[in-house]
Amino acid sequence: MNQIIIPVLIFAGLGIFAGLLLSIFSKVFAVETNEKVEQIKEALPGLNCGACGFSGCEDYANKLFEDNDLKTNLCLPGGGEAAHKISNILGKGFEAVEPIVADVLCQGSNEYTSDIFEYSGIHTCSACNLYYQGKGKCNYGCIGFGDCVNVCQYGAISIVDGVAKVNHELCTGCGMCKDACPKGIIGTHKKSQRVVVKCFNCDLGKYTRTACKLGCIGCKKCEKICQFDAIRVQNNKAVIDYEKCTNCGACSAACPVKCIVRQ
Amino acid sequence: MKEMLVILFSAILVDNFVLSKFMGICPFLGVSKKMDSAIGMSGAVIFVMLMASAMTYPIYRYLLLPNHLEYLNTMAFILVIALFVQLVEIILKKYVKSLYQALGVYLPLITTNCAVLGVTLLNIESEYTFLESIVNALGAGLGFTLALILFAGVRERVDAADIPKTFKGVPSTLIAASIVSIVFMGFGGMVEGIFG
Repeated sequence: MNQIIIPVLIFAGLGIFAGLLLSIFSKVFAVETNEKVEQIKEALPGLNCGACGFSGCEDYANKLFEDNDLKTNLCLPGGGEAAHKISNILGKGFEAVEPIVADVLCQGSNEYTSDIFEYSGIHTCSACNLYYQGKGKCNYGCIGFGDCVNVCQYGAISIVDGVAKVNHELCTGCGMCKDACPKGIIGTHKKSQRVVVKCFNCDLGKYTRTACKLGCIGCKKCEKICQFDAIRVQNNKAVIDYEKCTNCGACSAACPVKCIVRQ
Repeated sequence: MKEMLVILFSAILVDNFVLSKFMGICPFLGVSKKMDSAIGMSGAVIFVMLMASAMTYPIYRYLLLPNHLEYLNTMAFILVIALFVQLVEIILKKYVKSLYQALGVYLPLITTNCAVLGVTLLNIESEYTFLESIVNALGAGLGFTLALILFAGVRERVDAADIPKTFKGVPSTLIAASIVSIVFMGFGGMVEGIFG
């Protein structure tokens, strides 16, 4: 009889000890979860894209709850809908989200520029970029292997004629492509801003000319024609100040290489 | 002191739990994708191995052995290991949330990590004293860490390489693991040569 009772007693004792220790620990180290935080998390899309400026949706939800002054409209993929829901949960004022879209600042398709060597390595932009800054003539141009296409969760980017192109209907402005591009030539701007300089070439006009027919040569024609002082040539390429730009499109019409685009 | 060093280094290099005894292959393959989660996992395993060894020794020595219950040691040890894994989980969830999420299902799976159970059972089998058990557990944990970190480095490189489609993913990983394992065979007899 003892052969059975002793082991049962020993294991019961061990089990009780383990159970007690665990319940004490779970009380001492309990993680406080808040109902409102959970609700906010559900209202957010859960993509963890980081467009709000926090590390993931959970972090944003926590910060929203802690910081009363934090705006509820920082989530770009969630848009107005998410902002509205969060405002309701927290009982805060609601501000509409200004939609943001991404643009690939390069038009150097096969027609206008060409490669300097044949690349047969791994088919990703980041790998190709490590190799003499990519295969294209222009060191600032789109490589066209589609790292941005792979990272886009909305299928908004496609490669057309060797250049990535963003479909503004599908783009939510999360900016994940911006981080994926090894050339750093993807920019985001408000959807209402229609005029975009689609070139990133910082070389002197002479060299830009030989690399690509649609490259910004820094001629400053746009700077002179703009009535609002909204476009400036910096570092041999035109840059638009979106605070001042009125979407008039005068620069676009004046540009001799057609690198300023009015969409 | 010399015996302790022999036990420690043979547990790390010669009798490496993952690469020579083939224990704990599941987390070895599962968590070695990224360096930082590999380091976190190794830390958790070292903690569980040490605590489990420290706990199982008195349980075996003073509870099971006098009552002739040696046949129940596996069950008692699993109970202790499960307890410590749960404790690690609670602590990680509270203080290192990102690591908790990165480890995911592999954290509770330490319970069934045979390397942990293997250490405690081997301590009994080799008739180690309490201190020797602890040293052996530390060596086993460090060996696991070494294997995991080495392999995470290998895998990060393999990911960037251009591999034939047939070998992509698991096959290339397993081949790489076997090569790393062969490398560790080179340590055979070395520790006795140095300290013996």
